[in-house]
Amino acid sequence: MIPEPFEYEVAESADHALELLGRFGTDAKLLAGGHSLLPLMKLRLALPPALVDIGRLSDLSYIRDNGDAIAVGALTCHEDLQFSDVLKQHCPIVSHAAGEIGDPQVRHRGTIGGAVSHGDPAADLASVLLTLDAEFVIHSTSGDRVVPAADFFKDLFEVDISTQEMLTEIRIPKLQGAGWSYQKFHARAQDWAVVGVAAVVNRSNGSIDAAVGLTTMGDTPLRARAVEEALSSGADVATASQEADRDTNPPDDHMGSAGYRRELSKVLTRRALEESLSR
Amino acid sequence: MKRIAVTVNGTRRESEVEPRQLLVIHLREDLGLTGTKIGCDTTSCGACTVLIDGKSVKSCNVLAVQADGREVTTIEGLAADGTMHPLQEAFRNNHGLQCGYCTPGMIMAALSLIDAGTPLEDEEDIRLALEGNLCRCTGYQNIVKSIKDAAGQMRSSASA
Repeated sequence: MIPEPFEYEVAESADHALELLGRFGTDAKLLAGGHSLLPLMKLRLALPPALVDIGRLSDLSYIRDNGDAIAVGALTCHEDLQFSDVLKQHCPIVSHAAGEIGDPQVRHRGTIGGAVSHGDPAADLASVLLTLDAEFVIHSTSGDRVVPAADFFKDLFEVDISTQEMLTEIRIPKLQGAGWSYQKFHARAQDWAVVGVAAVVNRSNGSIDAAVGLTTMGDTPLRARAVEEALSSGADVATASQEADRDTNPPDDHMGSAGYRRELSKVLTRRALEESLSR
Repeated sequence: MKRIAVTVNGTRRESEVEPRQLLVIHLREDLGLTGTKIGCDTTSCGACTVLIDGKSVKSCNVLAVQADGREVTTIEGLAADGTMHPLQEAFRNNHGLQCGYCTPGMIMAALSLIDAGTPLEDEEDIRLALEGNLCRCTGYQNIVKSIKDAAGQMRSSASA
């Protein structure tokens, strides 16, 4: 399948990309690695009249230690996240989750910025970044604004980036020694998560301070707040995990029924918490 | 139409392409390199795997314009002066194929893994690393054997 015709320009810089977006109008799309957008265009599920190719902006491909956080350029590919020594040291859950995406060919092309901008609740990195309270740097002609993960994911395939803005950087707080786990359940190695659960855990004075995020359990990546609250008020892992599907709206599709996903989310939450506590 | 120049198997190839042209179709139909196959056409099966700047990609999900200025290697680029590449030789010696349709993609994916230093010492490593390529004939037994054989040879000759 070849996509419908579209206009195409290569951006030479982030500001040039914004200028091209302004020229092409609100239906134009940014093309990074193309591993979310091109499949949709081939299937006619997306029909942008123009693409602005930002895939050559190598100055937006970086992983830097900024003290309390790691700054990751939006065009950093999944493979670079997977093998980054900086991330392995300070945010190992991110390099681990990146290695769970697709397959090597996909990880060579797909980018962190493209994956999260797409707003797919099945994206592994989206729920991990939500769990970590990452921040998203959104660039426009009027400057940069920084959006916390909790406000970034708005709805199914909808994030807080306007048609005249672009995501340039993601700031990921360091784990500072916290335990972590990402449990992804899928039938075949390269598949999307039927359900995924991210956990970051600290023990404090006998109780457990945890952040838990859910992949493919609603229209956006979600935080399992009921699990987090149960743990902070002293519940054990097995009991708290039973709250994993509270306030979720999992899809009902060929990969699993909504009821199956609800049960799976509880099992994976327990496994994620147990693994986090063992690290 | 866009003018692009892609170095394919070491030769610079200039073409005019529509922006929507997929790299795999550009290789097969514009450049006549039909060794690269189209399987699922949905970025799943890996039959269309080629290298861009030395790294494996699924060319059914890359636009030809995205390869402008890059180096693309296809299965046709592996044999040198009539001598098969160690991966090709290993697939032949170990009967690493039945129908052969997945083979170019398997070999290109394996080459990228070997070059990247991916652990390929035992069977489990190879099976995990090949997650992006499907074979519907062999049950993978001889594909895994072929890659283990080639990786061993290529790495020992590289370190010698």
